[in-house]
Amino acid sequence: MKTPFIKSVAAILSKDLRAEIRARELVSVMALFSLLSVLVFSFALELDRGAREEAVSGVLWVTLIFASLLGFNRSMAQERDQGNLDAMLLAPVSRAAIYVGKLLGNFIFTLIVGLALLPLMTALYGLDLLNGWVIITTVVGIFGFATIGTLLATLTVQTRAREALLPIAMLPIVLPFLLTAVRTTKGILSGAPAAEWQGPLGMLGAICVIYLALCLLLYEYVLEA
Amino acid sequence: MADKAKSLPEDLRIEARPQPRALRILTIVTVLGFAATLVLGLGVAGADIQQGEIQRIFYIHMPSFFGAFTAFGLTVAGGLIYLARKSEKWDRIALAGVEVGLAFSLINLLTGAIWARPIWNTWWTWDPRLTSAAIMCLTYAAYLMLRAGIEDPERRRAFMSVYGILAFVTVLITLFIIRIVPETIHPVIVGASPQNAQGSFEATSGVVIALIPSMLLWLTLMPITIMWHRVRLEERMDALNRLKFQVLSE
Repeated sequence: MKTPFIKSVAAILSKDLRAEIRARELVSVMALFSLLSVLVFSFALELDRGAREEAVSGVLWVTLIFASLLGFNRSMAQERDQGNLDAMLLAPVSRAAIYVGKLLGNFIFTLIVGLALLPLMTALYGLDLLNGWVIITTVVGIFGFATIGTLLATLTVQTRAREALLPIAMLPIVLPFLLTAVRTTKGILSGAPAAEWQGPLGMLGAICVIYLALCLLLYEYVLEA
Repeated sequence: MADKAKSLPEDLRIEARPQPRALRILTIVTVLGFAATLVLGLGVAGADIQQGEIQRIFYIHMPSFFGAFTAFGLTVAGGLIYLARKSEKWDRIALAGVEVGLAFSLINLLTGAIWARPIWNTWWTWDPRLTSAAIMCLTYAAYLMLRAGIEDPERRRAFMSVYGILAFVTVLITLFIIRIVPETIHPVIVGASPQNAQGSFEATSGVVIALIPSMLLWLTLMPITIMWHRVRLEERMDALNRLKFQVLSE
């Protein structure tokens, strides 16, 4: 008899949340990395006022992608190192439930970092990133990263080169999210009419749904062996 | 040694199995077809009024992308069928699709660069479409790297089927990117060209006569024939590995 879907998802999620509250391993690493990345970008690009408006949405999303890569890798590596992966496979839960549980954990941790990044960048770059639409875009975009990142982290964590392979595998595939999210954020920040950035935002949402469905179907095959 | 070779079971011998007749015919037809499209593109079609002879590279440039499209599409099909049936054959097809598609997309990038040098006055520019085509190549290079990193054959086949399906997203982006990011200077021949396209030309009857056969050839015969050869090579490599394993374990 299988444990009901919702119950197993909740169990996996609460395990991840509890582990994170006790160890504070993922969020702290991601947050520190994001802070450094934002500072490094502002030095490297020598951003003046005009350049900042152009570059800020790119800086935001590139930082979020790399931070999420760190987080997803760590989160799956923990599962593997402590033998949780095998335990979850032995447990009478569906593979899709494992996927959704891990996905929600990854999503929440990255979202915390993303939402902390917005006021920080608002202060550092003098642009209003705390706009409601920017926040919505951030939530949707991070969810998108988490859909594909959770699947690919599960896959790469079982390979020989492990951590090194996730960025290579994930960056190209995450590109549709990056393209649409950067475009939306840039449109909102530059005060363009809504019609100009609502298209990309809708596309971002649609790609999220497509990836989620695809990953739900494919996840059982990356856990089989 | 000779005795040992004889004692091996039939399926472990790796003497060259003769090529199936269909493959031999297909190879000849493909080579002849390629020669014919070259004659059409280099001879029959007239030189472009504005661009001159360099425009002829287009008869390879665009078809090679669609050849890659077919090959990567077959990778998706191979992956899906492998996941459903778990038969090695389909994984070999998926792998062949990646390698052949990667070669074709490199041809696509290279011919594009050669064309862009006189027309755009640069080998490369960070145009959205060029960038996404380059990322497409890198994705499939990542496929081969990932594949090499997974030791257990069964796990490798399952994982790479999944990745091969996901990687197709980058092919679709390359096709549709001009709808998301309209500021491209890459010309569009079928349909309306973007406003700031540089180096566009009209699809006159001469262009169409040279282009259509080339498109059809690269869409179908080219990828299929080369992939078939690649699949056969992979079969023999698998047989060789099994043989090595058997000899070493004796």
